[in-house]
Amino acid sequence: MSPLRVQAGGLGADQIQQIQLGGKMSDLRISSRGRVDHARPVRFSFDGKSYEGRQGDTVASALLANGVHLVGRSFKYHRPRGIVTAGSEEPNALIGTSRGPGQFEPNTRATMQEVYDGLTTESQNKWPSLKFDVGAINDRLYMLFSAGFYYKTFMWPKSFWDKVYEPFIRRAAGLGRSPTELDPDHYASRYLHCDVLIVGSGPAGLAAALTSARTGASVVVVDEQSEMGGTLLSEPSPMIEDKSAWVWLASALDELAGLPNVRLMNRTTAIGYYHQNMVGLCQKLTDHLSEVPADAPRERLWRVRAGQVILAQGAIERPMVFDGNDRPGVMMAGAAQTFLNRFGVKVGDRPVILTSHDSAWHTAFDLADAGCKVAAIVDTRTDIPPALMQAAMSRQIEVLTGHTATATGGRSRVKSIRVNPVRGGTVGTARTISCDAVLMCGGWTPSLHLFSHTKGSLEWDAKAKAYLPGHKTEAVHIAGAGRGLWGIAAALEDGAKAGADALRDLGRKAGPATYAVTGDRTGTGITQKELPTDRNPSSARAFVDFQNDVTAKDIRLAVREGMRSIEHVKRYTTNGMATDQGKLSNMNGLTIASDALGKDIPQVGLTTFRPPYTPTTFGALAGYHKGSHFEVTRKTPIDSWATENGAAFEPVALWRRAWYFPKSGEDMHKAVSRECRATRASLGIFDASTLGKIEVSGPDAVEFMNRMYTNPWAKLSPGKCRYGLLLGEDGFIRDDGVIGRIRDDLFHVTTTTGGAARVLNMMEDYLQTEWPDLQVWLTSTTEEWATIAINGPNARKLLAPLVERQDMSDAAFPHMSVAECTVAGFPSRLFRISFTGELGFEVNVPARHGRALWEKLMAAGKPYDICPYGTETMHVLRAEKGYIIIGQDTDGTVTPEDAGIGWAIGKSKPDFVGKRSLARPDIVAKGRKQLVGLLTENPKDVLVEGAQIVLDPKQAKPMKMIGHVTSAYWSEALGRSIAMAVVEGGFDRMGDTLHIPTADGGSQAAKVTGCVFYDPAGDRLKVE
Amino acid sequence: MLLIHCPYCVDTLPELEFAYAGEAHIARPANPMSQSDEEWRDFLFIRSNPRGLHAERWRHIHGCGRFFNALRDTVSDKFSVTYKAGRPRPDLEKAVQVPK
Ligand SMILES: [Zn+2]
Repeated sequence: MSPLRVQAGGLGADQIQQIQLGGKMSDLRISSRGRVDHARPVRFSFDGKSYEGRQGDTVASALLANGVHLVGRSFKYHRPRGIVTAGSEEPNALIGTSRGPGQFEPNTRATMQEVYDGLTTESQNKWPSLKFDVGAINDRLYMLFSAGFYYKTFMWPKSFWDKVYEPFIRRAAGLGRSPTELDPDHYASRYLHCDVLIVGSGPAGLAAALTSARTGASVVVVDEQSEMGGTLLSEPSPMIEDKSAWVWLASALDELAGLPNVRLMNRTTAIGYYHQNMVGLCQKLTDHLSEVPADAPRERLWRVRAGQVILAQGAIERPMVFDGNDRPGVMMAGAAQTFLNRFGVKVGDRPVILTSHDSAWHTAFDLADAGCKVAAIVDTRTDIPPALMQAAMSRQIEVLTGHTATATGGRSRVKSIRVNPVRGGTVGTARTISCDAVLMCGGWTPSLHLFSHTKGSLEWDAKAKAYLPGHKTEAVHIAGAGRGLWGIAAALEDGAKAGADALRDLGRKAGPATYAVTGDRTGTGITQKELPTDRNPSSARAFVDFQNDVTAKDIRLAVREGMRSIEHVKRYTTNGMATDQGKLSNMNGLTIASDALGKDIPQVGLTTFRPPYTPTTFGALAGYHKGSHFEVTRKTPIDSWATENGAAFEPVALWRRAWYFPKSGEDMHKAVSRECRATRASLGIFDASTLGKIEVSGPDAVEFMNRMYTNPWAKLSPGKCRYGLLLGEDGFIRDDGVIGRIRDDLFHVTTTTGGAARVLNMMEDYLQTEWPDLQVWLTSTTEEWATIAINGPNARKLLAPLVERQDMSDAAFPHMSVAECTVAGFPSRLFRISFTGELGFEVNVPARHGRALWEKLMAAGKPYDICPYGTETMHVLRAEKGYIIIGQDTDGTVTPEDAGIGWAIGKSKPDFVGKRSLARPDIVAKGRKQLVGLLTENPKDVLVEGAQIVLDPKQAKPMKMIGHVTSAYWSEALGRSIAMAVVEGGFDRMGDTLHIPTADGGSQAAKVTGCVFYDPAGDRLKVE
Repeated sequence: MLLIHCPYCVDTLPELEFAYAGEAHIARPANPMSQSDEEWRDFLFIRSNPRGLHAERWRHIHGCGRFFNALRDTVSDKFSVTYKAGRPRPDLEKAVQVPK
């Protein structure tokens, strides 16, 4: 960008400065440094502008190389924000990435996204543009948006909630925008078993891997970065085994890659640590590629069951908390070191170091050696190791010890820092140092998130001023900086020991491993609360949580307002509740809260880390379970015929069932009316194959049936069937179905379509655990039979000529009979039963014959205008007769008496499941909801199923609801609507008029009746 | 995901194959009709809900189909021991870890 082409009048000083920095972009990239491929430039775009990066860059490193620090706006105050870290803990640099339609992803960490040719990225949370964001007005209203803001502001008046507050919160909530198109990518899943899983490939992880792998154990090493090596990638200067760190790294990786028992997985994040050493991994496969191979999965989710787990995840650097610590250009010192050494990028030309740990001094030295003018090293400590002082002096870096930082200058890029000496607790006179980056280090926090997932205890180590791993619940070892150790030699040694310990626990023996390290940068430091200031601390924007915009003041306010537990402080302030789970903010928040409470840190407690370690795509978690693979679709043997004949389908449990069979020009209403008419007038045919079927057999089968079902079974002779009702032990209806006795010791039980598995489970439960003495066998036969229901006055005329080995006369085969015979040449279990009120039969044949039988019946039924019907007509016909559907007319709180089917209870039986409960006080109390019929005043009105029922539609809201509509249909047979409903004291309201308010504010009136609307005498079953 | 030892299959298998089935050792009364309302209420609804070891029922529903019992810690979620239905609750002190 050329300054000449910009209207100077529209720019503030810091924007001009940024343009000038941008003009020097080539100076920020150091071709002699870093692991990126300087010979391979890559072009990508950010907010519509094209930038050049290098192969191996992240978006963050490439933008920094172009002098771009401003990459986003903050969540609450819309403050300009820059890149803070170089890793997955990044709180600020969240961007949208996109590859094409449906492939937009919000909240991607710019520090993790690798650049590739054609990558398109955008900043978030800004309008209309990143530099001029209207929402930044929130920053001016800082005092209003303090801790507990939502709880306080949106309390009153109540009427404001719907119209004002909720829309405001919804607009303000959430970072980034959700993609709206279907994700075209696919995602894979795998299981993996190994002896040792190592998370992290820094010096500790590599040493553990080498020790484990050399014994022949199966070893998996995972690292979330594109490259293995961890901290070694940012620390090229030490010598390991007389090799430079990067040469040693390459040889270690070579050795591991050459072993058949080792699997190295980069770009792979251990997202969760679950029971018994199962670790979930999310492996990114294509997000870094310019050309994605056809059919390549975007990500792969691994479920690893490891014998031993070694966590070598290092430590995360803590920010300093002071006014203006969120200004773009203020970042972690360790990140600046990574950008310099791994990516060959200077984050600025004139950095100031602000630290309380030795590590940041080395960052200063590396930057100075790379040609930066380090403006100063500001250390809050007074006691600095002489070697560091000398190294600073030899580089002519000014050192300010015992200092605090009290402000930063600049708007969209830091241009100065205000520092003051602190002597005896008093903050002295300020001095302003001009700079273009502030590199901070407030100590290091061991990364123990995965360990926390296992409920492993974290114990406060007063010396390390850190939580370190305590009691373990899994076969896990922690190595390196995770245990508070510092330096490459210590990490290598500890990793080798963790490997040996893991092998010992596996019953193997590891060889010894020692590593000679020279030039190691060991060091120590302190951690602290927010830095002291000479200004009013309550107006300081001293951020603790960058992503959720939580300041030190918010945390102190939460304590003042009565929050005592860190869990309460967290929820009241939202500290640590953003997508980074407080990787940078938790320990600073805890330190400040404990100071405000006047307690030691371990007494204030610790919040819990939960999976996933970093945000994970829904795609990875869903894996193959999407679209038609989301769940199985069960199809009957007759499904193909229904498809060929134009059926509309509906899902019922996991089945897909023919819903109705529209002829050309028919809508659902017309088709169903026709199917109903045809069945009642002559003959209907229905695929009932989804009915659950269970065979109950054995010498004690009848005793078992007596105990399970409410009905008496002893006197039911073979060849007869009966409606069976199953209760839970609590007395409520669970299931029903017709049950035929095939032989003395064999019952053919049918269940509801959705209830089959539940009923079998319940039967098995009682049989195995309550009555193991009974000799009974239970077999699910649902899918062994195709079941075809034939209903209508001509049903017998159709079937009789096709049936062999059974006299079909009414006398020989009366209603509620069952026979084993052949139908159209197929072996069959034939029931005479009716779920329509018409003369009815159900033919069961082995499933493989289902479609053939159906077609034979269709052909033979031509003279009777046989009409195939679907589930909708089945529902209408059964409702006209008042037959209930379990789960539609009942809901788990309905007893047999409530449903009006008390007749199904064998009153003389001493016991059955649920019998005792039918005498419970609540069950015999008055005013229970009872199942009744409803006839609307206007016969054309079909009520809405689920609609609530009231006595007086003019009463004030909220109305007293006395029940709800369970079934409602247009009855073709009656020429009017019908409905069933559960109503409080319904049996005592016969003839009363009730009211059903409608969604449009109106109301429908209906009269209470019995449930049998059609042929109450049952004459139609008795067709000769 | 837990690994669960089925005492009938004598094998340790993934949790996916099993279904939880409530607290164990709550026997259905031999003669429910002789139970008082309070006794019957307790049988139906009152559960121990301990913090710590809990005797509970599981079914190897996608395996052998058998119901069995387990002692499991409700804090750590971990199984201490599994045993066949009908066997008494193992003495806690003597409960031994099931080998994998
Ligand atoms: Zn089993």
